[in-house]
Amino acid sequence: MKLSREDVEHTALLARLELSEHEVEQLTDRLNQIMLHFEKLQQLDTDGVVPMSHSIPVENVFREDVARPSLSPEAAVLNAPEQRDDYFVVPQVVEV
Amino acid sequence: MDLYKLTAHELEALMKAGTVNSRDVTQSVLDRISSVESQVSAYLTVTGEIAMDSAAAIDERRSRGEELSPLAGIPIGIKDNICTEGTRTTCASKILHNFIPPYSATVARRLSDAGAVMLGKTNLDEFAMGSSTENSAFYPTHNPWNLTKVPGGSSGGSAAAVAADEAVIALGSDTGGSIRQPASFCGVVGMKPTYGRVSRYGLVAFASSLDQIGPLSKDVTDCATMLQVICGKDPQDSTSVDIPVPNFSLALKNDVQGLKIGVPKEFFAQGVRPEICESVWKALDVLKSLGAEYREISMPVMEYTLPTYYILAPSEASSNLARYDGVRYGLRSKHSPDVLKMFMRSRNEGFGDEVKQRIMIGTYALSAGYYDAYYAKAQKVRSLVRQAYDEAFKEFDVLISPTSPSVAFGIGEKSDDPFQMKLADVCTIPVNLAGIPALSMTCGYHDGLPIGLQIMGRSFDEETVLRTAYTYERNTEHHRNRPVL
Repeated sequence: MKLSREDVEHTALLARLELSEHEVEQLTDRLNQIMLHFEKLQQLDTDGVVPMSHSIPVENVFREDVARPSLSPEAAVLNAPEQRDDYFVVPQVVEV
Repeated sequence: MDLYKLTAHELEALMKAGTVNSRDVTQSVLDRISSVESQVSAYLTVTGEIAMDSAAAIDERRSRGEELSPLAGIPIGIKDNICTEGTRTTCASKILHNFIPPYSATVARRLSDAGAVMLGKTNLDEFAMGSSTENSAFYPTHNPWNLTKVPGGSSGGSAAAVAADEAVIALGSDTGGSIRQPASFCGVVGMKPTYGRVSRYGLVAFASSLDQIGPLSKDVTDCATMLQVICGKDPQDSTSVDIPVPNFSLALKNDVQGLKIGVPKEFFAQGVRPEICESVWKALDVLKSLGAEYREISMPVMEYTLPTYYILAPSEASSNLARYDGVRYGLRSKHSPDVLKMFMRSRNEGFGDEVKQRIMIGTYALSAGYYDAYYAKAQKVRSLVRQAYDEAFKEFDVLISPTSPSVAFGIGEKSDDPFQMKLADVCTIPVNLAGIPALSMTCGYHDGLPIGLQIMGRSFDEETVLRTAYTYERNTEHHRNRPVL
């Protein structure tokens, strides 16, 4: 399987990365090199093997639905690039 | 006496006896930082004033006769992907260059509760992605044994700080070898505990199913002391495991009589240099002379762990790093005419090449049409890796291998070939896939650079790993060697 330039551009959009022309070229090349190494896995017979997502059994964990102290709104927005009245400010999203 | 050269347990004894106090110790290490940091660049942030204030507070408590933890008053470094309330935490990334966490990671809180004195935040490969600390967006760290060499990575700053006596102990994080490989390159002890032993709350996530925080220290005793403080269930991390934490100091026994050691031959192949193999075999013979038995075994699936890791880790990373979008914290592109462009430009300006590459690999591996061929396949191979370890640990108490295929390589030497650098992790990656504990310590030198020995143990059996390491340390002299700066 070989990645085309279009595959890379599409993946970059999914990943929300605006790549430069040069980066698209470089990544197409590098990703193809790396993908070659991945092909090795196809040699292994994994029929019937249960996929492992964690090394320990993980289940949903619930806690009592009681209020606990949490970050204040002021602390929560402290690192925001732009904020107003304890809200995060972003470019306009909705058409008016 | 040069206090900065001592281990935590030596310093604790002096402080208990009243010979010195934490301000003396902290000042000594801060002076050491002032004199060698321009050569090593182990830190991204040094918090000298905060450190002296915490030291004074501990001295005050000690003078009142309070019962204190063995880490009380000990100056430590913390890897800069572990959140510290009020102190900048950058992950060595431009995208978080100005991030000041509003809360502390559980490990940072536990350390501060224990009275440890934070000296500052150590350098790393951006978002812990790399094996040399050259991927830091700010500057590379230099290996204290030879300043033209890398310190390893991604916890290269922590390893170099401990090796250069710029910290008594440091915390790192290990996703594919990021504690053990730099420990190996810098000639210190580094341990990745069992997955689930240490809370990841407040550790900036790279690959959540693989990440684990652990210590880098000057000897095995300090490693055990640090483990004691950081291990344990945390309600804030649902993957931390609720099983009792043993008293690790009891594991520090000079005794390997009857210990069964497996030596997986695949860890001595795949480009591992002959001088490394030779040194590890010598260490095995030391353990044998002390009453342990070893036997070579084969774990053929280990040949497949590198591609498995380089599918799984970037997949998880692509999801974890989706949060950096210029909205709530970090860098926002000045050219953000609409929300989508703000996301895409902030991310492109904020992330370095290696991080972008891994996000791209992960996004591709998880995308429609390729999920089964890559991600699901790799998860199945991960099962096989775990099974291979389970099988080996039926017969053996620990497995021993090299930590890294070579000693520290030159700065700039491996930046061109994307897969060449990743080969540096070939011996450490399988441990993260399986979730087991492993420790690296020095077992020799080549060209004046330390060689690392890796001791792997059963899940939640850090004690046998520590006992093996402690016995080796007691019967050898490597841990006494320090680089000359």
